[in-house]
Order: sequence, then structure tokens, then C-alpha cells
Amino acid sequence: MDRKKIRFGIQAAATLIQNANFKGFFTGRIYEGASKSVCVPGLNCYSCPGAIGSCPIGSLQSFLSGVRFKFPYYVLGLLIFFGAVLGRAVCGFLCPFGFLQDLIYKIPFFKRNSFKIDRYLRYLKYIVLLLLVIILPLTFDLIPFFCKYVCPEGTIAGIILASVDSNVRNVLGPLFSWKLILLLIFIVTGLIVRRPFCKYVCPLGAIYGFFNKIAIYRMTFKADKCINCNACSKACQMCVDPTKDPNSMECIRCGECIDKCPTGALHMGFTEGKIRTVPKKVKK
Amino acid sequence: MIAVSICLITIGILMKQPESVLHKAVRICMECIGLG
Repeated sequence: MDRKKIRFGIQAAATLIQNANFKGFFTGRIYEGASKSVCVPGLNCYSCPGAIGSCPIGSLQSFLSGVRFKFPYYVLGLLIFFGAVLGRAVCGFLCPFGFLQDLIYKIPFFKRNSFKIDRYLRYLKYIVLLLLVIILPLTFDLIPFFCKYVCPEGTIAGIILASVDSNVRNVLGPLFSWKLILLLIFIVTGLIVRRPFCKYVCPLGAIYGFFNKIAIYRMTFKADKCINCNACSKACQMCVDPTKDPNSMECIRCGECIDKCPTGALHMGFTEGKIRTVPKKVKK
Repeated sequence: MIAVSICLITIGILMKQPESVLHKAVRICMECIGLG
């Protein structure tokens, strides 16, 4: 079966499983079962009526911004576990908002993935992680800054709740308008650039990116098979050159580079032998 | 890394942190949905 179809199937299944409280979409009541004590690997707001698990970024902020500070052993442990096993494959396969952005990018429109400020904008997600997820929630009690002012997943949850619950609809204000504008910016940008939120803003992607080089699920590059055609780097929508850095912090493991490689120099999986990223020196 | 993460998760469970996550997640977060 085609790799793209398999990934699409996994993304759709992961989105449905993480939002399996289907009746919540019609009643506007959020799920209150025990599974909400477990954080899901991707960005999926726990205020979404369909959510049956908790968002790791929201949970992390709730620990850090609590009146009485509690070190978030549990949430950090889960984040490290997901990161150490999958790295940013979570973004490529399991994140519902990543899946939504992939669907938006499929809409025929003017596409452009490389531009001058791209490499500088990539640092924004680390600033978002440090400032909005860690420093500000630690400084000001009970304000989850990232969720409150940025997270587009929460805005989608708000739209769903407002559409079925008149009480929610009646209290929509300037903050909701701000978040709606941000969501629209991500959607419109997502028509042109692939996964703009993942590339530039997502703090969860920033965390998992640190694990890409050590995660069990990894990419290997066999330099002796490479014919330097650059088909892989041209195919990469995250603008990574897998021949230089197969386990780049930006790689979401979509596998499009592997599909384009004519010689099978790239491989991705859980079980890999010795990794060689530098071409062999030929003895004269 | 996996061992470290399992240790952290275990400490968190012993400190009843999953209950804190559940407590937060079973009510609509007004900030998250843009109403805070």
C-alpha cells in the first residue's frame, strides 16, 4: 500500500480516536471520563466536546500556572516518553491539528514553501514554548498564556461549543475574535505554506523536535547509495535536506523524501542498524 | 530516556498528578476556547 495512504489512514484514525466522544459534538457537553487523566501525544484541546484525553500543552500550563506550584512530573514524563519513542513522528502521524493542516494544504491554491524569512521564523516556536508555555504561566497564576492567546485548537473547540450552546454563544467577546483571526491566518497561510503552525508556532513540535535525533523511530541515510540528485530535499515540505541531517528537528517523518529517492538511500523505522550519514572515503 | 520518562510518570502517578489533569480537563476551559 502507498505510504501516503497509510499515513493518511493513521492520521484520520488518530484524530477520530482522540475525539471519540462523538455525541459531544451535538450536545456541547465535554467528556468527563477517566481517560481524560491521560495526555494524548498531539495537540488536541481538552475543551473540545469530542476529546477523550487531555492536551499535553494545556496540562503542562495548568501545573505551571497553578496557585501552588507543582513540578509536572506526570506530563513531562509522558512528553519525554512520546518524544523518545516517536520524536516528531507524532506531528506527522498523530496530531489532529497537523492532520487538519495537511487537509487544508491539499486544496488547490498558489503554493510556496521556501522564502527568505522562513529560517528565522522557525525559531518563533521555541520563543512560544519558553515564553507562553513556561515563563509567563510560571509568573502569573492561573493564566495558560498559550491556550488563552494563541492555540487555534481551542478556537475550533470554541466554535463547536458556540454552535451548539447558546450560553457560550452569548458570552463571545474580543478574545474570541482575536483567536478567530489567528485561526483564519493559520488556515489561509496553510493554503500556501505546508503546516505553518507546526513550522513556526507549535510548542509541542518544538519539544518533540529535541527528541528527533535520539528517538527510536528515526531516519537513516545510506550515503553510499546516494547519487546526489537532491530529489529528497526538493520533495521535503518542511524544507529539510535529509542527506545532510536525516534526523533534523524540523522533520515530521512524513516520508515524502523516501518516496522520491530513486536509489533507496533513505529509510525510516524503529529497527535500524549502524547509522552512516557521511559518505565513505575512497582509498586511492 | 524511556526509563527516565517511566520514572517521571511513576512519580507523577504516586503524587496523584493524573487526578489534577482530570480535574482540569473535565470542565470547559474558558481561556482555551477564547472566553476567558
